[in-house]
Amino acid sequence: MKILVAVKRVIDYNVQIRVKEDGSGIVTDNVKMSTNPPDDNAIEEAVRIKESGKATEVVAVTVGDEKAQETVRKALAVGADRGIHIKAEGIIEPLAVAKILQKIIDKEKPELVFTGKQAIDDDCNQTGQMLSALLNWSQATFASKIEIKDKKLEVIREIDEGLETIEVNLPAIVTCDLRLNEPRYASLPNIMKAKKKPIEQMNASDLGIDTTPRVQQIKVEEPPARKAGIKVSSVAELVQKLKNEAKVI
Amino acid sequence: MSVLLIAEHNNKEIRSFTLNAITAASQIDSDVHVLLIGNNCSDVAKLLSEISLVKKVLQVEAAHYENYLAENFAPLIVKVSENYSHIISSANTFGKNLMPRVAALLDISQVSDVIKVVSSDTFLRPIYAGNAFATVKSTDSKKCVTIRPTSFEPCEVLGGSASIEKIEAIGEFTSSKFIKREEVKSDRPELGTARVVISGGRGMQSGDNFKLITDIADKLNAAIGASRAAVDAGYISNEYQVGQTGKVVVPDLYIAVGISGAIQHLAGMKESKIIVAINKDGEAPIFSVADYGLEADLFEALPQFLEELNKLNTIQK
Repeated sequence: MKILVAVKRVIDYNVQIRVKEDGSGIVTDNVKMSTNPPDDNAIEEAVRIKESGKATEVVAVTVGDEKAQETVRKALAVGADRGIHIKAEGIIEPLAVAKILQKIIDKEKPELVFTGKQAIDDDCNQTGQMLSALLNWSQATFASKIEIKDKKLEVIREIDEGLETIEVNLPAIVTCDLRLNEPRYASLPNIMKAKKKPIEQMNASDLGIDTTPRVQQIKVEEPPARKAGIKVSSVAELVQKLKNEAKVI
Repeated sequence: MSVLLIAEHNNKEIRSFTLNAITAASQIDSDVHVLLIGNNCSDVAKLLSEISLVKKVLQVEAAHYENYLAENFAPLIVKVSENYSHIISSANTFGKNLMPRVAALLDISQVSDVIKVVSSDTFLRPIYAGNAFATVKSTDSKKCVTIRPTSFEPCEVLGGSASIEKIEAIGEFTSSKFIKREEVKSDRPELGTARVVISGGRGMQSGDNFKLITDIADKLNAAIGASRAAVDAGYISNEYQVGQTGKVVVPDLYIAVGISGAIQHLAGMKESKIIVAINKDGEAPIFSVADYGLEADLFEALPQFLEELNKLNTIQK
């Protein structure tokens, strides 16, 4: 079984982002970038399945500018076998990414596709579901546990009300929750080895996919700031303020 | 042109976030139709018809619609969508799972998690865990939109008399099967809609210590929440998680106990009306968003807090 994992390069989750003064977007120059956190869980899960003998190959795919390749390289360092980098500039919407991935899947024919459940930059939470729609495959979103049973997957999903268990036939798309596993760190020898693993590059336009955004970003601004609060010196003062000043208890 | 709202329900009752989404839908166009997909769900159809903002209810029933698998819902929504300008749902796990599947089938670039309707094609939405707001304009002729429920008031279920039109089910997607749902039953208010939320973080040190929080929650009729750190440490289960990867809450009062205030937690609670932080680290980032900060050891402060609440003659519920 071949597993394809889609990964995205985003601003590192620990960075306090800054809005550009002209309102055109977020400052990304000289800002630390990393793999989107739940995409690390997606790679980890695929590698574990391969290590258990249930998969033969893990292919990491990304869509993005030249530097997006670093994200594929990191996936190779934690156990993916080879990479594919589809080059595209600017904002690439989930629908365009899903169409690109569909083309790659038509060629690669994986039986299982993993993505993170949501990218922490645009917070769209769309790509995996869109891809499964385009392929007419089953979708198992927000997965926190995956069990492979013959040609089926049993997946536990994190939903608002608690947990849901579904069973999907392969091929299927799984979008991974942060609780799915604990991603490993790449060891130095594995980082060195990853440099020799192949990454195939191509352009989105070569695949015939138009990546022009359909949703125009008109303005990006800082959220309204909260007014500075006060420190109280005791619990009694806190309760008194909540009762008589804020009037919330 | 009319807008189509996809109702979330459990075949008996409307899920509350649907009421917030109806309010948002009515701000896009006043002719709101609700699509109710389910099984033996006539009680829900009747309730929806009683909402004054709803002009028509479309009801579809079949056994394979019982458990709202997106694979079954999406093609049906696509079929019904022809006469509508917008397809709308709430941006909770129901809508997040479903709407992108609908959008891709219609070749539409979806607008997720809208917090303000600027016009019928322009919306405000948070990005980067709410650290920036983006105004976006959809250029697709038809729009797929999900609504952040806590940013819109729930509509009232009264004053309406919408017609209920039954429509035909379509075939089942047989490759996906629902097995079971384990819902957390609680006498407390729901985390997403509670007036008061009290959350614990890594500072709680153990699951047992959440008893200190539970006691206060009982007193204030509050929902209980947690930071991702507390969930990851195994103190409490994930459905309590508040944050970018958990639930977004906007209560009148949010009490953060032993929570440092990581960006991803703030994303889930910083729109709360009043925020209280109790933390022994005076430099913790949570204090920068708190209206009232108390620098104290939570193991001393929480029992005192309960004691002070017990002294009050009345407490709002």
